[in-house]
Amino acid sequence: MQKNAVVIHQKDTVATALVPLKSQEQAAMFVGDAEKSVTLLNDIPFGHKFAIRDIPLHGEVYKYGESIGRATKPIHAGEHVHVHNVESERGRGDWK
Amino acid sequence: MSTNSFKGFPRPDGSIGIRNHVLILPTSVCATKVAQDIARQVMGAISLNNSFGCCQLGADARLTEKTLINAAGNPNIGAVVVVGLGCEGAEPLRIAESIKAFGKPVSCVVIQEEGGTLACQAKGTSIARTYAQELSQQVPVETPISRLVLAMECGGSDTTSGLAANPACGAASDMLISLGGTSILSETTEFIGAEHVLARRAVTPEVGKQLIDLVRSCESRAKSLGEDIRGGQPTPGNIAGGLTTIEEKSLGCIHKAGESPLHGVLAYADRPTQPGLWVMDSPGQDIESMSGMVAGGAQVIIFTTGRGSPTGNAISPVIKITANPQTAQKMRDHMDIDASPIMRGEASIQAIGAEIFDEIVRVANGKQTKAETLGHDEFSIYKIAPTF
Repeated sequence: MQKNAVVIHQKDTVATALVPLKSQEQAAMFVGDAEKSVTLLNDIPFGHKFAIRDIPLHGEVYKYGESIGRATKPIHAGEHVHVHNVESERGRGDWK
Repeated sequence: MSTNSFKGFPRPDGSIGIRNHVLILPTSVCATKVAQDIARQVMGAISLNNSFGCCQLGADARLTEKTLINAAGNPNIGAVVVVGLGCEGAEPLRIAESIKAFGKPVSCVVIQEEGGTLACQAKGTSIARTYAQELSQQVPVETPISRLVLAMECGGSDTTSGLAANPACGAASDMLISLGGTSILSETTEFIGAEHVLARRAVTPEVGKQLIDLVRSCESRAKSLGEDIRGGQPTPGNIAGGLTTIEEKSLGCIHKAGESPLHGVLAYADRPTQPGLWVMDSPGQDIESMSGMVAGGAQVIIFTTGRGSPTGNAISPVIKITANPQTAQKMRDHMDIDASPIMRGEASIQAIGAEIFDEIVRVANGKQTKAETLGHDEFSIYKIAPTF
């Protein structure tokens, strides 16, 4: 399998595209030693992320084995994950 | 070429430089033009950008002065000509006296004393010329690589930074530390979301707590302005490059620190007290961050970039590393190391880390970095309060 995306940690719920990918394309990656394939629901620019599992509304998004923020909408596996559906939980002037 | 030594310039305080500059140091913004004009006329002289040095209060004034003094104390500087206006808060004679503690030749010229910029420039140029000629006769000596203090920076990050360039940087840092050297990581804002991961590697619980407290107070400062860090961090370029939140950016940034244990947390412009990995409090703004680490004694800087930053530093050479293949090609006039083979699976992180380490040794032995050859001499002092 020629991988076109990378998953850093077993706990991650997103992968990062190593090349620009198109909607409906198969994203191929390794999670540890296991091969994994995900059908993309959006175009994913180079270096951008997509979900490899469903993430519920306000669910934590995991990359590097740590939370990188939470979902602001329910996210399906294969969807583009970025500022339109994830928010930071740090340095929030709008939170007490 | 031995990878465990470099030809360095010993200084009276025992530190060893990899360059041999005469520093023309303006103590305030009003003295900057004269300092620049002197530096332009003397081969081997450099000057610093200083936009401050007057009408500052308390800790902010002290921080500017400490940065100026410690920058002058950097081992890459062989001699100093301090230039002042004469009435500024950062009094030139006092600053010059403090720099003398490093043992290197220091002189001071004051615009109001000399009767104007032209006379001051003439006197300063004559002194700088004497220093430059003396330094030109200094023969560098074989020095173990353990004497290097490495500053690590990232700027214009995208997701290739966290995936490839920063881990390779971390591998190089670990190599230096295993040989007895010192590495400094900064940009406090870019620990937010990852501080607990780095704190786990602290050599004592106290050091771990210092790091957590540092990050918390940075976050509170942003909130107390009524502002959201999301307004400035990540930057538009980070976001276009795929980084979504400060947490994601920070988790990528800390990979520059490799696996080495964390020895301590430094205030801005302070010097590490022993070898190993250190964290320095600084903003995420690259020039201010690098200037702080150079004041902390770093002779060389490695700088990872995804979007492509050309910046250098006035005192210490900056080695640019990118793992973004478009940037490696488009900005090849600025990129010293292409780490994009990691992204294509053509090279391991360790292999590129070794390439970075070899480049650090070459630069320590005199090789100019691209930023150096192109004359990038950015320098800027971190400000912690408004001017009054």
